[in-house]
Amino acid sequence: MAPGSPSASPPNWSAPKPRNKALPAAADPAGAAVHRVVLDAPDDVDGWRDAARRLAIAGVEPDRVTWQVGDAGGDLFGDAPLPPAPIRAAFSVPRAFVDLAETAILHSDPERFALLYALLVRLRDRPGLMEDKADPLLRRIDMLAKAVRRDIHKMRAFVRFREVEEDDGARFVAWFEPEHHIVRANAGFFVRRFATMRWSILTPAISIHWDGEALREGPGATRADAPDGDPVEALWKGYYAAIFNPARLKTGAMLSEMPKKYWRNLPEAALIPDLVAGAQAREAAMIASAPPAPRAAARSAEATGGGRPAGAGGNSGAVWAAVRDEAMGCTRCSLYKDATQTVFGEGPLDAPLMFIGEQPGDQEDLAGRPFVGPAGQLLDQALAEAGVDRARAYVTNAVKHFKFERRGKRRIHQTPDAGEVQACRWWLTQELDIVRPRLVVALGATAARAMLGKAVTISRTRGSAIPLEGGAEGWVTVHPSYLLRVPDEAKKAEERARFVADLRMVGERVKALG
Amino acid sequence: MAQLSTRQKLEILADAAKYDASCASSGTAKRDSRGGKGIGSTEGMGICHAYAPDGRCISLLKILLTNSCIFDCHYCINRRSSDVRRARFTAREVVDLTLNFYRRNYIEGLFLSSGIIRSSDYTMEQLVEVARSLREDHDFRGYIHLKTIPDADPDLLRQAGLHADRLSINVELPTEGGLRRLAPEKDGARIEGAMRHLRSEMEDKGEARRKYRHAPRFAPAGQSTQMIVGADAADDRAIIARASSLYDRHRLRRVYYSAFSPIPSPSAVLPLKRPPLLREHRLYQSDWMMRFYGYEAGEIAAATDPATGCLPLDIDPKLAWALNHRAAFPVDVNRAPREALLRVPGLGVKAVDRILASRRHRRLRLDDVARLTVSIAKLRPFLVTADWRPTALVDRADLRARLAPPAQQLDLFAA
Repeated sequence: MAPGSPSASPPNWSAPKPRNKALPAAADPAGAAVHRVVLDAPDDVDGWRDAARRLAIAGVEPDRVTWQVGDAGGDLFGDAPLPPAPIRAAFSVPRAFVDLAETAILHSDPERFALLYALLVRLRDRPGLMEDKADPLLRRIDMLAKAVRRDIHKMRAFVRFREVEEDDGARFVAWFEPEHHIVRANAGFFVRRFATMRWSILTPAISIHWDGEALREGPGATRADAPDGDPVEALWKGYYAAIFNPARLKTGAMLSEMPKKYWRNLPEAALIPDLVAGAQAREAAMIASAPPAPRAAARSAEATGGGRPAGAGGNSGAVWAAVRDEAMGCTRCSLYKDATQTVFGEGPLDAPLMFIGEQPGDQEDLAGRPFVGPAGQLLDQALAEAGVDRARAYVTNAVKHFKFERRGKRRIHQTPDAGEVQACRWWLTQELDIVRPRLVVALGATAARAMLGKAVTISRTRGSAIPLEGGAEGWVTVHPSYLLRVPDEAKKAEERARFVADLRMVGERVKALG
Repeated sequence: MAQLSTRQKLEILADAAKYDASCASSGTAKRDSRGGKGIGSTEGMGICHAYAPDGRCISLLKILLTNSCIFDCHYCINRRSSDVRRARFTAREVVDLTLNFYRRNYIEGLFLSSGIIRSSDYTMEQLVEVARSLREDHDFRGYIHLKTIPDADPDLLRQAGLHADRLSINVELPTEGGLRRLAPEKDGARIEGAMRHLRSEMEDKGEARRKYRHAPRFAPAGQSTQMIVGADAADDRAIIARASSLYDRHRLRRVYYSAFSPIPSPSAVLPLKRPPLLREHRLYQSDWMMRFYGYEAGEIAAATDPATGCLPLDIDPKLAWALNHRAAFPVDVNRAPREALLRVPGLGVKAVDRILASRRHRRLRLDDVARLTVSIAKLRPFLVTADWRPTALVDRADLRARLAPPAQQLDLFAA
């Protein structure tokens, strides 16, 4: 991989301030020896920067430096002393590097010091390297810094204080287990936010205490050192459970932002398993809660000549009128452009039986009512023969606008395509939701597609009940206009008899369903 | 009725508030509590203090002051005709709860809304009083989001803006017809009128602050709104167009989309089915495309299915746009301008910025791009790099099937 073409002059980079100006610069005195750098703490940014500057100015190669935290015994090979500090900063590094180093150094990866030093050495020859985000070493350190920033953010989010009474007033104490060495770097956030509170954050490696004026550090602690409860936690848990919407269960999204490793220190996380387990049941209960009771009430009210009762779910008349009014201006597909008007369904809103046709024909389009043309008249006759009460049925169409092709003065019916059926299905669903029939009859293939949401063949689906969403029974038969088009008279009579038989079966089924 | 405990009230009023999607606490003025008498800070980035199992962030204490309401909006659990249990907090109770939660680091602040009781002005006064008390009596410097009632007196809206970081008014439904049918007491013109009013207040106060450093701020985190998806006939094209016009006209910070989800004791009008979460997700993606990727609303509409007017659910809208505009690809990562790179499916804003920075120093090869992005597999058909050129892949008829999620492909083979 060829290095990049010569870059433009670097932007303004300010050099970090040298910590120590006293000692003279020197070349690497130890030749090929390995240098051991001992840092005071795992987040000792200043110590690393000081050592790294001296080593880099002395030209020490990255593979001849070992880095270690605290006085953990001598390294067998790392015996060469650090080169003395230079008199002034002999080279400057971009601000972006300083920011990156200060963050990445907080990572728990033991290699971080060496990686950063390697990057620093390469920066001497290629000052533009910080911009080359595709460089593997820079990319790796970027990822370390990203993990640190995330840990800092999660600590700000997931620290949970518990109030304890002390002799001189209340103190808020939290127990937290960070992944990286971020506690010192993150203290400022809590100081700025809770400046007037007295608080302590205990972690395994370090504890920090704020008394309203100064920040104090203490040794690491254990969970047992932190208080184990707070009366406000019960309220918080109540809130957590109530703000959750069980109809939108998405545990993956929760886990990616609040991984399980944090759960043990979050009081509300104890509720999660039960909330998840109960969610589907609660959602199902909500969906099921609406239909049955008002329906029964509507039935009995209807029997005594009344309309639907008022109250919960009792607004179907107003709702149906509003839906129809909205449908009058429908532009969900392009059929509205040529048709005269939207032809919405009609019939009693508590009808146990619903018929779905294909689309309004020429006469329906002009009249604005479904099933008033020749096919509608045929349907009326067939229903009378089958002993089905037409007045107790709601009739509508899969597509609410007339689709046609003009030939001279005549408008010739055209079958709506799948997209048009799909676009109009929204209205049909609304009608089904309002009327909630026990039984739905699809007349013809287009209606069957609208009812079932997929294409089916009439011959295969005819004559048996298909369970629909919402608990109704769906039946499929031919469209009456088909009977009008059969050329052969004997065949026509046969088909008609079959149609009437279908309707008779439907009528009996409706009675059986009550 | 027995007196409700604080916890019972909290549960009722949080339950009633959960259908509002917004919980953002970002983008407001920076401040902290050093040198003050109270607590709180805001530092630009919002913080989500917990996540509920619905995957939504919990950043604010999101509650209603009361869930009693004189309106009868069908989609709303708190409508007059609903038989949900009612409760009401006093301003004092909300203030105490907010401070108690804040001190324990549970929240970034408060998002307060309310059912309409007595009158719009009365209700708005109550909301403003909570914000005022938090800011003035307790020197609270955390985040406050107030829901604004469109018909309330302009002076109350002004006061709300002085205390709150963000104000919001929900347009509720993407179409005027839908609003008439489902929220008969609400008025689209009045809602937009109130948004216009807030925008001009924000601009006036912003102007004043440029001249006088101590001029008061007005809702520094701006205003937002919410649309319910799937409760009326609006298709995605209509929703996107509406969102785009709201962003343009009222300078909204955010439009939230909320998949209509079944509520307890629902009205007969509404679809009682699983909320269309995937559709909601696609709308958020299209929103991002408008706000961060430089797409016009009309261009996103071109990615919708011509018959249904909706965005495809199996692939994201950016990929859908790319598949419909194959002439714009492949894009050369070493030469293309920022705008062209942003249109490559699978390249996010950060990845594009990294590409732009690093290509000044090297000619990018496929390996390099892989290091800068999440997944190279999805990108390959659309990119030219120093060592890669898609072999007519962009012209393949089955490109969509190759890029759609694997479940789709399994279905194809199973058929």
